[in-house]
Amino acid sequence: MAKQFVKGNEAIVKGAILAGCRAYYGYPITPASEIAHAAAQYMPLVGGTFLQAESEIAAINMVYGAAGTGIRAMTASSSPGFSLKQEGMSYLAGAELPCVVVDITRGGPGLGNIAPEQSDYHQVVKGGGHGNYKNIVVAPNSAQEMCDLTMLAFDLADKYRNPAVVLADGFIGQMMEPVDFPEPVEEFAEKKWAIRGVDGDRMNLISSIELDPDDLERHNQKLQRKYEIMVNNETRFEEYRLDDADFIVVGYGIVSRMVHTAVDQLRIEGVKVGMLRPITLMPYPSKRIAELAAMDHVKAFSVIELSNGQMVDDVRLAVNGAKPVEFYGRMGGNVPSIKELVHEIKRMMRVI
Amino acid sequence: MSVKILGKSEGFYDTYERRPGSNKEQTHYCPGCGHGILHKMIAEALTDYEVAENCIFVSPVGCSVFAYYYFNAGNIQSAHGRAPAVATGVKRALPESIVISYQGDGDLAAIGGNEILHAANRGEAMTVFFVNNAIYGMTGGQMAPTTLIGQKTTTTPYGRTLQNEGYPIRMAEIIASLESPVYVERVMMADVRSKNAARKAVRRGIKNQIEKKGFSFIEVLSTCPTGWKMTAPQSEEWIKSTLMQNFPLGVFKDIAQQVEPLDLSQNLATPARVPKLIGLDQDKVKFDPASMKLNETIDQEIKIAGFGGQGVLSLGVWLSEIGMREDLEVSWIPSYGPEMRGGTANCHVKLSREAIGSPLVTHPTVLVAMNRPSLEKFEDDVIEGGAILWDSSLIDIEPKREDITRIPIPATEIAKELGNTKTSNVVILGVLAGYSDFLDPMVVQQVLPLIFKKRHLLEINLKAFQKGLELGRQLSA
Repeated sequence: MAKQFVKGNEAIVKGAILAGCRAYYGYPITPASEIAHAAAQYMPLVGGTFLQAESEIAAINMVYGAAGTGIRAMTASSSPGFSLKQEGMSYLAGAELPCVVVDITRGGPGLGNIAPEQSDYHQVVKGGGHGNYKNIVVAPNSAQEMCDLTMLAFDLADKYRNPAVVLADGFIGQMMEPVDFPEPVEEFAEKKWAIRGVDGDRMNLISSIELDPDDLERHNQKLQRKYEIMVNNETRFEEYRLDDADFIVVGYGIVSRMVHTAVDQLRIEGVKVGMLRPITLMPYPSKRIAELAAMDHVKAFSVIELSNGQMVDDVRLAVNGAKPVEFYGRMGGNVPSIKELVHEIKRMMRVI
Repeated sequence: MSVKILGKSEGFYDTYERRPGSNKEQTHYCPGCGHGILHKMIAEALTDYEVAENCIFVSPVGCSVFAYYYFNAGNIQSAHGRAPAVATGVKRALPESIVISYQGDGDLAAIGGNEILHAANRGEAMTVFFVNNAIYGMTGGQMAPTTLIGQKTTTTPYGRTLQNEGYPIRMAEIIASLESPVYVERVMMADVRSKNAARKAVRRGIKNQIEKKGFSFIEVLSTCPTGWKMTAPQSEEWIKSTLMQNFPLGVFKDIAQQVEPLDLSQNLATPARVPKLIGLDQDKVKFDPASMKLNETIDQEIKIAGFGGQGVLSLGVWLSEIGMREDLEVSWIPSYGPEMRGGTANCHVKLSREAIGSPLVTHPTVLVAMNRPSLEKFEDDVIEGGAILWDSSLIDIEPKREDITRIPIPATEIAKELGNTKTSNVVILGVLAGYSDFLDPMVVQQVLPLIFKKRHLLEINLKAFQKGLELGRQLSA
């Protein structure tokens, strides 16, 4: 199919439609609005639904209803909007409804600003709403991946009957790059649990209530088993120049693009540094990080984030004290320059 | 504390297997509660109209949260107050189904006030049953938005006051004030006569949906003997003597007979048709690879800056589009932040033979400055041996640096001579193609028709490109 030069935010919508999504419910917010614009443009062309909801809360609940009928449905927002959707996320996870939610993270807390941050890691990856649940989380770092990982998110959501979040930031959303769009998904697994308003599914129930403590505990245990299976089967990450690296920088999303360049520059200087990029943030590549931490040539890690240090918690848990784990972060929508990253990586390497 | 619904209709399950405990025959509702009667009326109507199997019943939080124990329908339980939004998602996906949103007064009139208002305002083709018993039954008899002035509840132990809580809210009247709803009525569950009227309203609400007439809203004044601390007969009496005085019965709106049925047909595209429909079917212009000048030395980091409206961002996009068609890795990112709205704009373009890491350009190989502030701001960032192109017809200074290639272009002047100052960015594109070895004029000329779809715009821009190209060639010679 055609290679197109598109914005990351538009790649999400085209990818979603190729993945069979036919319902988009959303509320405008910078810097995620282009997703709604593109959905408003393309959904009607394929006979799908685009509806601008009265609120983020209504939007996620419309997705809940649509997902309950078995169709592929999505919404998208940015940080403050995602906070509002948390109620719905918990219900979706509890009722085991598949859907895709995009979060184009902006600066916070509060109204913050519209510049890129990665400060939603905790609220997206750790659940965020009430209860013992997790979202599937994918973290694209290019316009191509905005398409590909959105499509993957729909597949994983269906496979595990779980909400999936595409966690990106304003940079990847606004950036334009060539995207090689794949062929549309033609076949979908049957959703026997869905409610289609026909005789055959009248005994089906979409619900997150379990009044009996034992029943609810069993339900929670089932969810936890599901997350364990995801860890074993769905963890995705990218490694760059790790074979002989003394020092491993961990970064996801837009940061990984910058670290990639910084690693190249440091390698020219003979510094043995490499990068690990988690592509799925839930499930997290903890096992791989632990393996790397056990290797003799690996002396230390650092985590670089556009936040106060949220993902670094997961790296520290995975490394489990085997090697030092340093951190460098920028906040407020500031993005480090390559020069700054090179400098900071060298500084952090002094722990070796 | 349970009520048996006598004479079960097909709209109910034979036994209530989902209900916890050993009693699978009776509902969980308290004796004298209006929910059981209303449930029965709905189930009967669904059965009589032969739509029970097409019904999808959305029950949010409140005493009716367990409606799914009873209704032999597709059941969706939703968050507190959100049933109209959930029902919207359901109905839009399955327009042929009969979607019921069954809500209590706290659910609909307090926490879900926004959802009901907008579902009604959109005229969603659903039926809403609003059970108003002036109290929160399930959570323990707290004040509802419909609690009467002076009424004692667990959160108004001294009675609801005007000063503290304001007046009770009349939802039927509010919903009826909107354009879209086709049918709004308030009924009550008191004596036989009022229940008969309620039954009729229930049937009309469902029939309207079967006939695709749009949004129907039936408010039901209902008993809550437990919450009111009354017997069942006292409760029915209190509805008549007191509740009804504050919430007058009646039809507040009925235009169902006047409106045409909604067209709810769906035309979902098959996957195979999707690429064409969303413009991914083919590359609109075929490129002859033989015409491309794949230069081994290309690796450019370009910054383009100027006033908003000068086509700064567009020039960057075009450079990237051209690069993509020369089989290069490309990225484009606009200046991102408050400056976007402040009148100046800039973008970063990378053209590379290898995968691009950071899309940000901090040290450009080429700076295109289209106004003076941009030249002043970014001149120092350009790498040694890089190039600065500036619009010499707008910028009254020159770069100070001598270690770069200096390319003054009277772009706006040239564009003005061509009759459209907006073509100044295409003039610059032409200069870049004529001067540099990283833009192939052949490819640029193939890309321009993709950008300028209208013939007169294409013509003038092709001229602008040609002018720039000639100038670029002169300058490089």
